[in-house]
Amino acid sequence: MRQSKSSFEWRKITESRLFFPFIALLLVLLFDLVFIRGFFAIEVRDGNIYGNLIDILRSGSTVILLALGMTLVIATGGVDLSVGAVMAIAASIAALMMNPYVMAKELPENLQKLVSDPNFTYAPLWAVLLVTLIVSSLCGLWNGILIAYGKIQPMVGTLILMIAGRGIAQLITNGIRIQIFYEPYAFIGNGWAILPIPLYIVILVFTILWLFTRKTSIGLFIESVGVNARSSFFSGIDQKKIKLLAYTLCGLFAGMAGVLASANIKTSDANNIGWALELDAILAVVIGGTLMIGGRFSLFASVIGALVMQATTTSMYAIGVPPNAVLAVKGVVVFLVLLLYSEQVRGLLRRISAPKKEVHL
Amino acid sequence: MASMNDEIVIMRGINKSFPGVQALENVDFSLKKGEIHALLGENGAGKSTLIKVLTGVEHPEKGTIKIEGKEVSIKSPQNAQMLGISTVYQEINLCPNLTVAENIMIGRAPMKFGSIDWATTNDQAKKLLLELDVDIDVTQTLDSYSVAIQQMAAIARALEVSSAKILILDEPTSSLTTHETEQLFNVMRKLKSEGMAIIFITHFIDQVYEIADRITVLRNGNLVGSYETKNLPRLELIAKMIGRILTELDDMSKYKLESSQHIKSDVLLDAQRLGRVGSINPFDLELHPGEVVGLAGLLGSGRTEIAQLLFGIESPDSGSITMNGKVIEDFSPIKSIGRGVALCPEDRKVEGIVGDLTVRENIILAMQASRGWIKYLNSSDQNEIADRYIKLLNIATPSADQLVKNLSGGNQQKVILARWLATNPQLLILDEPTRGIDIGTKAEIQKLVLKLAEEGKSCIFISSELEEVLRTSHRIVVLKEKEKITEYSGEVAERKIMQSMAGSE
Repeated sequence: MRQSKSSFEWRKITESRLFFPFIALLLVLLFDLVFIRGFFAIEVRDGNIYGNLIDILRSGSTVILLALGMTLVIATGGVDLSVGAVMAIAASIAALMMNPYVMAKELPENLQKLVSDPNFTYAPLWAVLLVTLIVSSLCGLWNGILIAYGKIQPMVGTLILMIAGRGIAQLITNGIRIQIFYEPYAFIGNGWAILPIPLYIVILVFTILWLFTRKTSIGLFIESVGVNARSSFFSGIDQKKIKLLAYTLCGLFAGMAGVLASANIKTSDANNIGWALELDAILAVVIGGTLMIGGRFSLFASVIGALVMQATTTSMYAIGVPPNAVLAVKGVVVFLVLLLYSEQVRGLLRRISAPKKEVHL
Repeated sequence: MASMNDEIVIMRGINKSFPGVQALENVDFSLKKGEIHALLGENGAGKSTLIKVLTGVEHPEKGTIKIEGKEVSIKSPQNAQMLGISTVYQEINLCPNLTVAENIMIGRAPMKFGSIDWATTNDQAKKLLLELDVDIDVTQTLDSYSVAIQQMAAIARALEVSSAKILILDEPTSSLTTHETEQLFNVMRKLKSEGMAIIFITHFIDQVYEIADRITVLRNGNLVGSYETKNLPRLELIAKMIGRILTELDDMSKYKLESSQHIKSDVLLDAQRLGRVGSINPFDLELHPGEVVGLAGLLGSGRTEIAQLLFGIESPDSGSITMNGKVIEDFSPIKSIGRGVALCPEDRKVEGIVGDLTVRENIILAMQASRGWIKYLNSSDQNEIADRYIKLLNIATPSADQLVKNLSGGNQQKVILARWLATNPQLLILDEPTRGIDIGTKAEIQKLVLKLAEEGKSCIFISSELEEVLRTSHRIVVLKEKEKITEYSGEVAERKIMQSMAGSE
């Protein structure tokens, strides 16, 4: 009796959508355990916790934020290629608002000192964040209008901003990489309060988004539109508004990611901030088990997916793989994970594990 | 004088089933040289499956096919072409942005010095079209010509492909004007006189009588029979297509009579000269609480178009709708739901179910949409609603959390019905609610419709099965070719309605 119950629960676990993302994460961490000495070491300094694991969470926060927005977009059956570029736009706007003087060729002496003052900001922090996030939401809204109302294919529609976005970011700062000296802003990205600040931000955003999608009917509507937009329309769901919402939120989260990234490296680097991160975000969502054709989504599974991506990167750096080669390794990891997901391979695994189940029963 | 040698195609005892559906059951079919043979039947009758079997797209589970006396097994569309079978599909599957010549000759263009010899290609294409009495500039792109010409190009291509002996035309006239249709018929007659065997699929009865030599009727995957056109009166043909189901439903009429006493005199909905160009000509319609109004007409007669106009899928471009005394100005599904209108759509898979959601989610979907995003039904409410309708409609599902795509067609239909009943509509429009489902479930749904009417709801009932419409409706609106022809109330003879549907004779 007890045995059969435990086997039933085991099946429930393997059929959960979190099962495979977790397995993937565990596999990466297992690799670290075997091949990297001291990878799991944790250190406490001044009451703050440091270590590779913490670092995965901290560096992963940008991809997690992107993956959250991307999950909604992919669930509607779309995709957003522009999130990396929106990050760059956000970073440029924030940096410019804090320190517009940097762009001047000649500055009066009294201002020259101010520019590198860690306590100086031109606009107050709340205004910087507010404007940055509004602009990035507008970027998302633009994508949404193109796709929902312009009926442009998502991949093409968001490609426009992906290409133009970095140019816009360059225009905003006149092509200059603005250094960020203002400490409170930098604290958002690299500060610590026992755990890294970005981690708190991610937890907060995740909770709000989860409540927003799962405690209202938004999540159901998104999934319904993703599975069958026409049936949803016949049932009274305004699929255009739902898509608009998903892309706008995706832009908003990309803006947040841009703030975190620029605060962390203390510069608005329009060329490099968020470079190729849209692909990491898409892969994170895919690893999280949301289908690219849309439909069912799990925010938590996407977070795990993002951590798989980040853990891979961090591990590769830890064993000294050169940055350029990391991409190749990432490719291999993604390939292996997606292999786990293919119906053929799963069928194979099921056949292998089937005799065991009989023993259980 | 049909000798065996004339029969170029003989299909015997063809069986084909798909999960949950017997698409063809023991169907025989034969085609002679130099004849135009109409293949008729309502949706789901098995016409396209039969054609797919003949063209190698589907493989029958049982049965034999003989082409020119030799037994063959048609493995693929390529294989069918080699046997001389060519098909022109309903949707023209050519490339609109290539030239006419490219479309006709693609893949077989003559080569010279390792590249395509365009001069010869264009000449050959031109010649092929001239044989069909079409004289056009073949170097223009296909989409610069009318649909009829495109259809001709498709036929020219079909003839080019395989020195065809058998030509299958699947609804070739559905997008053609009268004049274009005439042009196509001339081509068909010409091909026929050259000995081509032509299978012609259509739902326009008039056209069948204009051009077909013989008629084969299918219904629910079964062969009804093959007839010489001249020996089969229209009325009989329609009766054969529509059929009647043999059930123990005679008590329905008594039930209906009783329920008709509950019809109120006040007007729930009043449509005046309502119409939309290209879908339905202006019509008047008045609905009363407690009344079931049936829409009778063949496929394409405008039944579905009326349903979609009333529900706001399409906006009318003429006339007005008044509901509960208020003139309606904004047309969209969500507004209609708010007004208490519900539409159970014709195409269950495409417009009805959301396959990857659960039964529970599918049932609450429209209700939730009308509540808005913030007033989310919590899971206990959801479960209660779902369980109530699963019980009420006898939905066979292991649990409310089953994905709806895993249910059988009939149960999916009930889930859609549940979705709309949950919105507590005043007007329930049911477009083919019983298509493709078993007789038992059909009866359940018909009874349910009358019960709902008795509760004071108004229903519009659309079905290809005339007998079903008759059995459930207090009043019947007859449609023909996108126009409301007439209206009958009370007890009407089936024959009378069929006469209206058929038009002439």
